[in-house]
Amino acid sequence: MTARLLTPALVLLLIALASTSLLAGTVWLTPAQAAAALVDPRADLAQLVMVEVRLPRLVLALLVGGILGLSGAVLQGLLRNPLAEPGLLGVSSGASLGAVIAIYYGFAAGFTLATPLFALAGALATVAVALALGRTRGTLSLILAGIAVSAIAGAGVNLALNFAPSPYAAYEIMTWLMGSLVDRSWDHVALAAPFILVGSVLLFATARALDALALGEAQAESLGIHVRRTYLLALVGTALGVGAATAVTGAIGFVGLVAPHLVRAAVGQRPGATLLPATLAGAAIVLAADIATRLIRTGPEIKLGVFVAAVGAPFFLWLVLHVRRTGA
Amino acid sequence: MIDLALEGVTLRRGGRTVLDRVDLRFPAGRLTCVIGPNGAGKSTLLGVAAGLLAPSEGSVALDGTPLAGLPRRSLARRRAFLPQSPAVEWGIPVERVVALGLTPHLPAFGALPAAWQARIDAALTRYDLHQLRRRPATQLSGGELARVMLARATVGDPELLIIDEPTAGLDPRHALDAAARLRALADEGCTVLVALHDLDLALRMADDVVAVKGGRVLAAGPALAILDDAVLSELYDTPARVIHDKHGAAVRFLA
Repeated sequence: MTARLLTPALVLLLIALASTSLLAGTVWLTPAQAAAALVDPRADLAQLVMVEVRLPRLVLALLVGGILGLSGAVLQGLLRNPLAEPGLLGVSSGASLGAVIAIYYGFAAGFTLATPLFALAGALATVAVALALGRTRGTLSLILAGIAVSAIAGAGVNLALNFAPSPYAAYEIMTWLMGSLVDRSWDHVALAAPFILVGSVLLFATARALDALALGEAQAESLGIHVRRTYLLALVGTALGVGAATAVTGAIGFVGLVAPHLVRAAVGQRPGATLLPATLAGAAIVLAADIATRLIRTGPEIKLGVFVAAVGAPFFLWLVLHVRRTGA
Repeated sequence: MIDLALEGVTLRRGGRTVLDRVDLRFPAGRLTCVIGPNGAGKSTLLGVAAGLLAPSEGSVALDGTPLAGLPRRSLARRRAFLPQSPAVEWGIPVERVVALGLTPHLPAFGALPAAWQARIDAALTRYDLHQLRRRPATQLSGGELARVMLARATVGDPELLIIDEPTAGLDPRHALDAAARLRALADEGCTVLVALHDLDLALRMADDVVAVKGGRVLAAGPALAILDDAVLSELYDTPARVIHDKHGAAVRFLA
């Protein structure tokens, strides 16, 4: 019963959050103003705020949150580990390193999309390396390869910060690393959306295999599941989707880790059945956090990635303790 | 009815020969126990027979069709496999675990066809799992999990069932129960292949026995011909006696 109500409930929540997201901010709009802005082609302030600022930001929040939640659910099912998340494979740190290179060498000053493009290249490169190193098909070797590649990319980011040519460059790098949806335009949506959509298709294609993998790789294989292909779909899907998401927003942690846990119990813990609700939950988390960063006004704006981490880290702690207690 | 044949099967792994020129036939509707010391290659033999491990040389054929040429889904529909100490990694309800046995029968998209629910119910009934159907699989005892796994393996009515150590970790009552259920499957026409350490259980349920040592078949044939003093003594490098009395037969090692 709860499983049947879960998806509609999450969709309703998303609609409510999306409406709030369009109305809330420095300039508050009434629903009537918002509706008028969406249908009226004349460019006034409300129309500008709506179409050029809030709408792309809303679309990005949905895409980014969705792919983070989806990828987390797929990776947890694939690795049969409740602590797996997209960052584990080095996607986020690879994207960070790419972005930092773009900022550090001044490409970012040249044209706006240099940072996300470099970040995307970085994400794909790290996952390719992790896959090549961990391809012996053991989950452990894959996780270890991901951690190693993450550490190398992280070291690169720190090197760039250490040798930053100017305090301004260091500040810009730090700002990007915190993750944010501020000042994102339709260009960012156009850059990220195709990768995120293709990534989602690959990730959703693993659903049935993930269910069978709950019995372990030997039994899944005996049930006609192509386990190697499932790994490839999951990893390439994560690299494309989360790589593109990180490329346009910066690093946003914990969503991929938390979203699957929020919905798992309601779907009877079946890994394949968590995919859609985890996608919706991830989108809701990022959207809610983005609204919160706009509404919390204490001095400088709080960055989205920082806010999610501040709320997500305590949850992570609770999760570790809970897993230890139940021995699950 | 299905007939499985291994011909000249050799498997090398990391420079070591795990199986060495194995020729075996598993006739339809018979229960065969594979016995042998630890590391003899029993599990590898089962993996090759199930089509999960590709032999380095030789071939495995199901009713005359080489396994290598069968699409994995159609093979999965006919053959079920349970590895040693199978586990369920998430707290999935028992009923859904059993339903996973129907994975190769599922349509490309969409949910389980309603017609299959009857199969799942029948499997739950057969293995006394009705009371447990909503229990998360992570909260089962060893005996309950063994029954769930048997139900999972047989829910799709496989013609060939391959099980590695189904009674490991089970107490005598549950081990006998599992043996009786496997015997019943074979009597219904399923070809059953079981790796087993418990020789008394093998004496009780096997039609045929294959004795494996050092990757080679030491002896193969009808159970009573293989489970005798000479073969068992050589197989385990320990003097053995098979003792027959009015309650049946038992193996005793004399070392």
